[in-house]
Amino acid sequence: MASSMLPPRTAQIRLVSSHKEVYEPDDDSFALVDALLADRSNLLEHRPALCMEIGCGSGYVITSLALMLEQEGLDAFYIATDINPYALSVTHQTLEAHGVHAELINTNIAQGLENRLSGLVDVIVVNPPYVPTPEDEVGAEGITSSWAGGENGRSVIDRILPVADHLLSEKGWLYLVTLTANNPSEICLLMREKGYASRIVIQRSTEEESLHIIKFWRDFETKEDEEKKKAMADKSASTGIMEYLLGQLPQLPFWRSSDSNNY
Amino acid sequence: MRLLTHNMLSSNIKGVTNGFPLRIEAEKVVEKVVEMNADFLKKMFEKIDWKAFADASRAMGYAELPEEADSSMLESDEFLQRYHHALLELHLEEGALICPETGRRFPVNKGIPNMLLHEDEV
Repeated sequence: MASSMLPPRTAQIRLVSSHKEVYEPDDDSFALVDALLADRSNLLEHRPALCMEIGCGSGYVITSLALMLEQEGLDAFYIATDINPYALSVTHQTLEAHGVHAELINTNIAQGLENRLSGLVDVIVVNPPYVPTPEDEVGAEGITSSWAGGENGRSVIDRILPVADHLLSEKGWLYLVTLTANNPSEICLLMREKGYASRIVIQRSTEEESLHIIKFWRDFETKEDEEKKKAMADKSASTGIMEYLLGQLPQLPFWRSSDSNNY
Repeated sequence: MRLLTHNMLSSNIKGVTNGFPLRIEAEKVVEKVVEMNADFLKKMFEKIDWKAFADASRAMGYAELPEEADSSMLESDEFLQRYHHALLELHLEEGALICPETGRRFPVNKGIPNMLLHEDEV
């Protein structure tokens, strides 16, 4: 594909709208957009028809994704959801200021979309509420919903993962922001059981937190491996399971290195 | 909200078995011109529930879509033009989406549908 010589376009901070109840772009948002930029040539080849952001906040990420793809003539359909109505107003303004469009839906994760959108989404981006907090802060009104993640910051992430699996197309990709406290390797194992391979696109430590942006994609080998492993585990008596699992440890490829494949 | 989005939305209130399609109550519809992308239209054609789409289009004041459609029609420029217009250029700006089973209203304000469920609906 002919690639333009211009630097990739992303949302400009001065054009990102704001509201006191809406999370402003911060290190995690920048890391997610940087991950999309780092994976840009793959995304252009991927030619997504339908892209989605779950929890769009200020709109910085979905706007950047739309700009990045549109610049190369890729015409996709964008959907962004947020539980916070103010976030959608702000996202709307941010999109308009950059001359791009996304369909905005005020909902919890993807409620209302799950039946009909199943298996259709080629790219999902999520910067979830990942901060460990008391469970009762999860889903609170306003800006709290943008960061309150419950125990280990995993409450909302663990609800998003099966939804993402359900919505993603056969060739679909998920980009997810996680914090070390979220136990990203365990998230990768959970997704592995659903047949996804994964790799860290960006790892970034700030004074406050250590962020990983992880990309997931369906991988038939991973799925076969998982099925074999299950069958083996079913066969072996309980005494054999530990031995078997220990034997598998060195080859668990849930942290794939980027040069081992084309993703 | 565009009609492609409408075609992807359903009411998932607890206990509702047939929450699709949502009936459109249109108070304000706006049109925004977008460039036509035939590949995208063809790809989406397989995913769209045409009956729901044609009904929704009529509820938005655009009655130029056939009641039924099959993929051979995609060869016609005139058909593509109408399909494109209804799918992507019509926006429900103000109004509501009504659950076909319960009559529950999901309001649409400034083009944004509010699909959030109340606690007793989850």
